[in-house]
Amino acid sequence: MNDQAYPADVPPSVPPAPVRPAGAAKLPLEKPTSPVLRPRAEVQHLSFHYGAHQALKDISIPVADCQVTALIGPSGCGKSTFLRCFNRMHDLQQDTRYEGAIVLHPENINLVGRDVDPIEVRMRIGMVFQKPNPFPTSIFENVAYGLRLRGIRNRAILAEEVEQALRGAALWEEVGSRLQQSAMALSGGQMQRLCIARALATKPEILLFDEPTSALDPIATAKIEELISTLREKVTVLIVTHNMQQAARISDYTAFMYLGELIEFDEAAKIFTNPSKKATEDYITGRYG
Amino acid sequence: MENADLSHHIVSRFNADLEQLRSNVLQMGGLVEAQLKLALRALLEGDSAAGDEVVRAEYEVNSMQVSIDDECSRILATRAPAASDLRLVVAIIKTVTDLERIGDEAEKVGYIGSHHASMERPADHYRVMRHLGRVVQEIVRDALDAFARLDAKTALEVAKRDRLIDEEYDAAQRQCITFMIEDPRSIRHAIDMLWIARALERIGDHAKNICEYVIYTVYGRDVRHVSMGDVERHIHSLSEPQSLGSAAPAAD
Repeated sequence: MNDQAYPADVPPSVPPAPVRPAGAAKLPLEKPTSPVLRPRAEVQHLSFHYGAHQALKDISIPVADCQVTALIGPSGCGKSTFLRCFNRMHDLQQDTRYEGAIVLHPENINLVGRDVDPIEVRMRIGMVFQKPNPFPTSIFENVAYGLRLRGIRNRAILAEEVEQALRGAALWEEVGSRLQQSAMALSGGQMQRLCIARALATKPEILLFDEPTSALDPIATAKIEELISTLREKVTVLIVTHNMQQAARISDYTAFMYLGELIEFDEAAKIFTNPSKKATEDYITGRYG
Repeated sequence: MENADLSHHIVSRFNADLEQLRSNVLQMGGLVEAQLKLALRALLEGDSAAGDEVVRAEYEVNSMQVSIDDECSRILATRAPAASDLRLVVAIIKTVTDLERIGDEAEKVGYIGSHHASMERPADHYRVMRHLGRVVQEIVRDALDAFARLDAKTALEVAKRDRLIDEEYDAAQRQCITFMIEDPRSIRHAIDMLWIARALERIGDHAKNICEYVIYTVYGRDVRHVSMGDVERHIHSLSEPQSLGSAAPAAD
């Protein structure tokens, strides 16, 4: 068989096939990315020590304004420690030390600076914990607590602010008619939303969530996730979660930490479909190291 | 990371699921490859029994497509795969569609072949098809090979070869036109040859698609409708990612 013979058989009278125009544009290989353009806060070379133990090692990430940033990583990787730096929770413990800075924009305050009052920081950076921890008082007093601390005494203003915070936490419809009842009578999911309302009442700039749904059932979890997605319109959210699907669902940016180091920080969609680092890949796909 | 790693999940059932899925795709690929081989035998050797066999094999290929898609849905629902696992499942959902279509095209070649078995079969009409058929068989085999090993570099080489098939297809068309000019009584037969050339060319395109899914699985880049030159430069620019053991300072 002579493979090369046949083109020679074609007489010149046979017109060639129409040529496809070469200009048909190709798509770009690189997808457009959205880097954090206007960070609300910037973590700069943050290290943290519990006595002689260094729990965080030189971490730098931007925290995008009015977006959700999730921190993921195996237990003991330092993600809760990292989160707690933002509102100086570690100051309550002895023999701890911060290095580096967490700069809050636009005033450029260093949240972990020695000269910055931790009480003032906590007024501006709210926190919600793993287990709902309402005060053993009425629903109203739980939310009004932070406002009273700020010196607000006017009943009308308090009532207005409490309602706003409860609406913000998607709880008003359920408890609006029984504000004087004990907060301890609420369900777990409601208690957690009450804690979110309590944190929202002081109009924080950043809201920290430390595994807010790990003690809740799927429905309550879905409500909290939905709430976090709406909160994003007003407040910057930083969340620690062990649930990878949750991080994938609700976060805009995701940071993966391992042994006190930041391994990868990127858009959530990128981290969960095509992470750059093998370590991130191994963790989110559930592989051994 | 030239070859994706399907094992080492903490949940060993997940390893087993993915391995099973991949081996089912390879089995389906094997069936389709055999179908193409039979179809070309029916055509080139006038073997009508082989042509009938191709048509019968279609049933099995179709049922494999459905069962693999089912399995993918189940894995998506129950395991919520991420990163390379997710890309593998997505790539498989697409790959089985292309495999099934290769089967369809082979079926066309097969039944035209068996239809011609009892007719006069001018030898020069088959010369071009023999050549085109061989090139197409090679590209399908190599694409499946790249998929089996999740070898993106091979996949890129194979995808680039699709251009050759397009050139062969053009030559085949011109050859058929020549036969029609030379002898108008051969027009019916030459038109059938054109259909066959078209089917073979489409098979090449589907094989190229499979190669693109392999590159997507391994590198996480969707290379459809992207210039192959860009893809090649990107692949060469990549360095080896780190493993969990050697956690390095963060980039970005």
